Amino acid sequence: MEPPHSDPRGALVRPYAVTRGRTEPSRHIALEAVLTASVQAVTEARFAGHDKYRIAQICQSTPQSLAEIAAYTRLPLGVARVIVADMVGEGLLTLHSAAPAQRFEERMEMLERVLSGLRRL
Amino acid sequence: MDYAGFDRERGIISAKIVVAGGFGVGKTTMVGAVSEITPLTTEALLTTAGSGIDDRSKVPEKETTTVAMDFGRITMAEDLILYLFGTPGQTRFWFMWDELVRGAVGAVVLVDTRRITDAFAPLDYFEKHNLPYLVALNCFDGAPTYEVDEVREALAIPASVPLLMTDARRREAVKQTLIEVVEHAMRALREEFGRGSPAPVG
Repeated sequence: MEPPHSDPRGALVRPYAVTRGRTEPSRHIALEAVLTASVQAVTEARFAGHDKYRIAQICQSTPQSLAEIAAYTRLPLGVARVIVADMVGEGLLTLHSAAPAQRFEERMEMLERVLSGLRRL
Repeated sequence: MDYAGFDRERGIISAKIVVAGGFGVGKTTMVGAVSEITPLTTEALLTTAGSGIDDRSKVPEKETTTVAMDFGRITMAEDLILYLFGTPGQTRFWFMWDELVRGAVGAVVLVDTRRITDAFAPLDYFEKHNLPYLVALNCFDGAPTYEVDEVREALAIPASVPLLMTDARRREAVKQTLIEVVEHAMRALREEFGRGSPAPVG
């Protein structure tokens, strides 16, 4: 039997086994993009496999970012991103804050809100 | 519980602030001082071909390096969450920095006055990427205390970049530092859009 490191595809392949080797997500999801799952989605995700079910559960009671999902599931960020992107496509997760604000007023309003949030700490 | 406490159309907005600095300067401490959750760690994988330095030429395997980032969270409203991301310890993982700064409000470069040269790489990076940033001197017990102006000169920090003292362990000090980051980002935004006077609040 050959030692595992002789795999010519390298060590990167193994963590991506849960995505069946796919390393490119079906859509880009920012590290801090927030995701939520409805009660119905969690029920549906029960039959979508272990990882998807866990992710849906994590996002049900509290909105969670992609970074949090990766941390709680202990999946590498790239792997979590592929699965989460699929789940958005399948309607199991809702992706928020998809497009960053471009207009001056929107960006300034966001900064004002962050500022007053920090002052309340 | 089904989460429905947000405007359906606009959804939940998230913002992020990046905390950079040398290894052991107190980035995770700073994040933890204000975060509502114990700082979490997310890991990204980086695959590099064997470089040959350690006679690896005979073993054509790839090496996987794990790049870890610590982060925290402040839920500001039902529809607004602020994330604080610490940069990976080693500055050579630039691909991760690119992802971290994309869409960020701004950044803090945390400086240990005993090792100020650690700040060069992050300062360069934020300057090049046009991200509003400030420099915060982390006041360790027993650390040599420099005048703020000395540090500004030593690190060649432009006059337009705020430089202040902080204590990464203290919530109030960290809160003030983050407030300064956002105010600095607001000034930068007004400048970018050629609006000199403060925009009306509310």
